[in-house]
Amino acid sequence: MNFTPDIRLFTCHYASQQSCAEGGTVLRGLNFPANITLTRLVCTGRLEETDLLKAFEDGADGVYVVGCPTDSCHNVKGSQRAAKRVASVQKALAELDVEPERLRMYHLERGLHPEFIAAGEEMDALIRRLGPSPFCRKAA
Amino acid sequence: MIVAERKPLAEILKMVQGCKRILVLACKGCVTVCSAGGEREAEILASLVRLGLQKEGTNAEVNTASLVRQCDKEYIDSLDQYKGQYDAILSTACGVGVNFIANLRPTEHVYPALNTTFFGGSAEQGIWKEMCAGCGHCVLHFTGGLCPVARCAKSLMNGPCGGSVNGRCEINAETDCVWQMIYDRMGRLERQQELTASAPIRDWSTAGHGGPRKRVREDLTV
Repeated sequence: MNFTPDIRLFTCHYASQQSCAEGGTVLRGLNFPANITLTRLVCTGRLEETDLLKAFEDGADGVYVVGCPTDSCHNVKGSQRAAKRVASVQKALAELDVEPERLRMYHLERGLHPEFIAAGEEMDALIRRLGPSPFCRKAA
Repeated sequence: MIVAERKPLAEILKMVQGCKRILVLACKGCVTVCSAGGEREAEILASLVRLGLQKEGTNAEVNTASLVRQCDKEYIDSLDQYKGQYDAILSTACGVGVNFIANLRPTEHVYPALNTTFFGGSAEQGIWKEMCAGCGHCVLHFTGGLCPVARCAKSLMNGPCGGSVNGRCEINAETDCVWQMIYDRMGRLERQQELTASAPIRDWSTAGHGGPRKRVREDLTV
């Protein structure tokens, strides 16, 4: 099946600081998947569960969050709060009989580094394997 | 406060099956404080209901609104502004709120999004514990302020049962034996001697065993 997933990435200012340099051209040059839409937040602790759910409502096939390492978040507990909210939405997805792994949390060091690219490639591969979002069925 | 938690989504989706216009109605009272049914939780639920229905291949308009409280007539009356706009109200209030809407809006469909669980307080962030059973006959002045009706699994009135081990309850080892707590606290308050008096047999009619309860304050009625 020819399927290019729509993947939304929410990442904090710090984890994505260098990644977004020069309008993201550096990122693309490193083969960061083009089907990932990146939204920067001041802190992933600012992320609400509704933001994650809205991404799915808007047609995302997969969503992931990149925040600071849990023990070195710039805002102390921001990325821990984000991880809790991701876990809560994963639980709700499971209740709806949808693969919880369509939503993931990553804790990465700040700056542009191979792990940031690898997380994107991992999500891309995962969502391609899972297929299109089950929320995108055409309504009767 | 009244503590509640969201029902399983499958149960909620079954309630609103076939509804094309749904109003998820938050309450700014207790359920906001216990993070079960305030505006934030109503927004989350509305999104989940939309997604759940989308997954089943159906669509519905799911919006949110909130009332200061759902347990007072004047606030329920403000639902007039939505008259005819929704097939169902999905209330994120406690059971009291759902009952109030059902009583006051005889022709409207109202469904509970929450399971109302207990009267309690926030022991720490994200954790609530039952502290009161609303039994209608408070004995806290005899027990150092700790309630044996709500916090003893057997609601014993004259000390712990034989299952109290190392200060823990035999029903759930994670639960402190409230009678051990009462004994220790009364000791610290130098009131342990008071515990030698036998509590009389209780009249449980005040606890709802005599049917639904009602309180009238003549000085407030007009």
